[in-house]
Amino acid sequence: MTKPKSRNVNVSELSSVTVRFAGDSGDGIQLVGSRFANATAVAGNELSTLPDYPAEIRAPAGSLAGVSGFQISFGDESVLTPGNRPDVLVVMNPAALAVNLKSLEKGSIIVANSDAFVPAALEKAGYAANPLEDGTLDNYRVIAVPANTMTENTLKDSGLPKPQVLKCKNFYMLGILYWMYGLPLESTKEWIENKFKKAPEIAAANAKVLEAGYDYAETTEIFDARFQAKKSAVTPGKYRNLTGNEAAAYALITAAKLLKKKLYYGSYPITPASEILHTLAKHRSNDVVIFQAEDEIAAVCSTIGAAFAGELAATGTSGPGLSLKAEALGLGVIAELPMVIVDVQRGGPSTGLPTKTEQSDLLQAVYGRHGESPLVVLAASSPADCFHTTLEAARIAVKYMTPVVVLTNSYLSNGSEPFRIPKLSELPKFELPPRPGPGDYKPFMRDPETLARPWVWPGLKGYEHRIGGLEKQDVTGAISYDAENHERMTQLRAEKVRRVVKEIPQTRIYGQPEGELLVVGWGSTYGAITSAVSKARREGISVSSVHIRNIFPLPPDLGAAMRRFRKVLVPEENTGQLRMLLRSEYMVEPLGLNKVQGQPLNSDEVLEKIKEVLRGN
Amino acid sequence: MENAKLTAKDFSSNLPVKWCPGCGNFAILNMMQKVMAGMGLPHEKYAVISGIGCSSRFPYYVSTYGFHSIHGRAAAVATGVKLANPELAVWVVTGDGDGLSIGGNHMLHAIRRNIGLKIVLFNNRIYALTKGQASPTTQPGTKTKTTPLGSIDYPFNPASFAVGLGCTFVARGLDNDIAGTTAILERAARHEGTAFVEILQKCVPFSDKEFEPLKDQALRDDMLLRVEHGKPLVFGKDRNRGIVIKDMKPEIVSFSGKAPPEVAVYDETNPGLAYLVSSLTQPEFPVPMGVLRAVRRPSYEELYYDHVKAVGDTKEHELETLLAGPDAWEMK
Repeated sequence: MTKPKSRNVNVSELSSVTVRFAGDSGDGIQLVGSRFANATAVAGNELSTLPDYPAEIRAPAGSLAGVSGFQISFGDESVLTPGNRPDVLVVMNPAALAVNLKSLEKGSIIVANSDAFVPAALEKAGYAANPLEDGTLDNYRVIAVPANTMTENTLKDSGLPKPQVLKCKNFYMLGILYWMYGLPLESTKEWIENKFKKAPEIAAANAKVLEAGYDYAETTEIFDARFQAKKSAVTPGKYRNLTGNEAAAYALITAAKLLKKKLYYGSYPITPASEILHTLAKHRSNDVVIFQAEDEIAAVCSTIGAAFAGELAATGTSGPGLSLKAEALGLGVIAELPMVIVDVQRGGPSTGLPTKTEQSDLLQAVYGRHGESPLVVLAASSPADCFHTTLEAARIAVKYMTPVVVLTNSYLSNGSEPFRIPKLSELPKFELPPRPGPGDYKPFMRDPETLARPWVWPGLKGYEHRIGGLEKQDVTGAISYDAENHERMTQLRAEKVRRVVKEIPQTRIYGQPEGELLVVGWGSTYGAITSAVSKARREGISVSSVHIRNIFPLPPDLGAAMRRFRKVLVPEENTGQLRMLLRSEYMVEPLGLNKVQGQPLNSDEVLEKIKEVLRGN
Repeated sequence: MENAKLTAKDFSSNLPVKWCPGCGNFAILNMMQKVMAGMGLPHEKYAVISGIGCSSRFPYYVSTYGFHSIHGRAAAVATGVKLANPELAVWVVTGDGDGLSIGGNHMLHAIRRNIGLKIVLFNNRIYALTKGQASPTTQPGTKTKTTPLGSIDYPFNPASFAVGLGCTFVARGLDNDIAGTTAILERAARHEGTAFVEILQKCVPFSDKEFEPLKDQALRDDMLLRVEHGKPLVFGKDRNRGIVIKDMKPEIVSFSGKAPPEVAVYDETNPGLAYLVSSLTQPEFPVPMGVLRAVRRPSYEELYYDHVKAVGDTKEHELETLLAGPDAWEMK
């Protein structure tokens, strides 16, 4: 039951709210963050989340390097990103405050576990004195909560040992936040009950502490205001919260179902792509086959093997893994086998910033192979869109018999948003290239429309054939070293991929179809760009935007769309990779907004750049 | 039972075979076509996967499904094929460079998993396709294009490599020993789990003399140790010499008449014995041939599909439920 509002406090309604939870990586920050997200969803809000965790699993407790964060923005349908600067920062220790204070606007709220602000912890965070008391935070609204003490008091009769008791303190803070935003406790209590099914005493303790936090906020006079985020006016239907990686995984299962084939997913653990493998592992079945390979190369090669065997084959990785897979993708291209490669981009090169986000694999995906080796590249624009884009990738892969790379990134893969569960009837139709009878079959004959060769696999009687990495004769598939045949096959492979433009819908321009400035984005910057452009337009600025999913081949009408604007701006989290592609494809001269900090571009940065570009007019 | 009538010829693709005249691969191709024909499986149930190298041209010459993949990756490609469709008989054809150098990692992990691949490694102790560089099995001192003063690398013994990894079926054959090697391949074909067969094979241009003593009519009985499960380790033209194992060390004893009881009796299920015997080398010892190890252990694909048996197939009508998960909510 939702707690009744017994105390008369002022409730303000806001179109969106941004909350950041921060603490030690062992403080359960990701857990409370995801529960809070679920509660806002149940309350009818649109939401967008972004976890931000350190590369080390357990950096030294209390250290600056060990701070883990989870940011969520929720409210009405204008919420497209996890927000720029938090309105509320919840800190579990001094290090979390030290790391996050710089991103706060003056006047925002800090909810701190004051019990953690002890001399040793302060010293580790670089504080000479306690910032909760020495005036450092005078410009903020600080709510100091002795969460350790309160949790211990709440559970003094539980019989649980002290370390176990203190583990519950994150739920105390969560309870406080639920009160502040009038969020229901039920879904979290149910979740706790399920999660700790095998340890009912722990479940009871967590639930009790959650309620105690809520009651504390309810009865303590220090909380003098509550907020309510506006509900979102979204398409009716059944929703769930999904991260980008989960969405990609579910899309692969869905695609296999639509094809009436097994899904084969071969992958090697790599941050931040491993959750795709984890999600699929949970759903392993007779027809969802997952394979943890010995390395990135085996992952993609076994995927090629599964495609040859006639199943829907996919692999997932991040930038360094895509590099290792490059040679095998050349085999996928010349053997013309369908497969999906999800590249969850992270900060590079090399190990780079393995847990941070970037968009720096675009050119690797498009061009990063030996020989003339074209394949299809798509990019997802939001966590939920990872579902739709991956599904589209699978559809194109089997229709055109080609590898398709899906670019997502750390921001999309770990971030989450509500995903409307599609009805089967709403899903796209999958079609395979036509397959003639065994007597008429030739391995490299082609569908005249798509240029796809037929997909034939071991087990089919009468179609036995040999394929491989050596150049093959057009139509017959016999080994051929003929010079002109090689050129013809090179052109056929390129033309086949070019024909994928037929699958690209008309470019949708947000705003006027012509004017001063068009912002062209791709991938994970969708939310930031759309929020910025929408805000600029409300301020009367003439700016439009386009967000592209098809990176290769590019949308055929994009060139004309760009030419209807005086200027084109391409914000991206790299040094200008899409800009380079647009320049070479359309002979345009776009401006760039380039951020390579391992952190996502935010809408303020895009808005500022829009204004700067237009000031220059 | 049309399949029962298949002959080796039925498994020929009738493509011109592009190996050098006199290459040991021709004999291996004939043996494998015969073994495939004898399995009672139709053509379409075979997938022959290779990497790169002379041996890897193999798939083009058999009339089954075939995939000539990339250098070193045959075992990885084949793993995907087998796991996707465990009904298929999946053969991997590779060489000492392809399978043990660039593809060493995939080879050892395929063996570790005991996935149902029939791996045939043609060992000519040289990189032949790239024209004569030292390989991981090139013997010390051998002069090649990359070792003009003689190789200083310590070579792999492929059969010992496989035995050391716990491979459930390991055998060694010789390209011109048709009866013995065909029998090995037949057993490999019927083995469930990974079968690893090393076939010593001569390369006319680059390692022509490599196995000559083993093939010399006058010498070979003294040079080869034919290993058979349950039989004493006896060799020699007059079958008057045997292997005795004392303090875990092999020794040769001579005798006349029946083998004395101290001569070791081979046990293909004993991993220590398999390692010890597979490692015997010239010039001190004869070269062991035959099935060195054969044990039954559930294969990777058996274990995988057993695990998910209870789950079965995800029915299409369950897709919405699966997508919804436990946490979905309704928005009106």
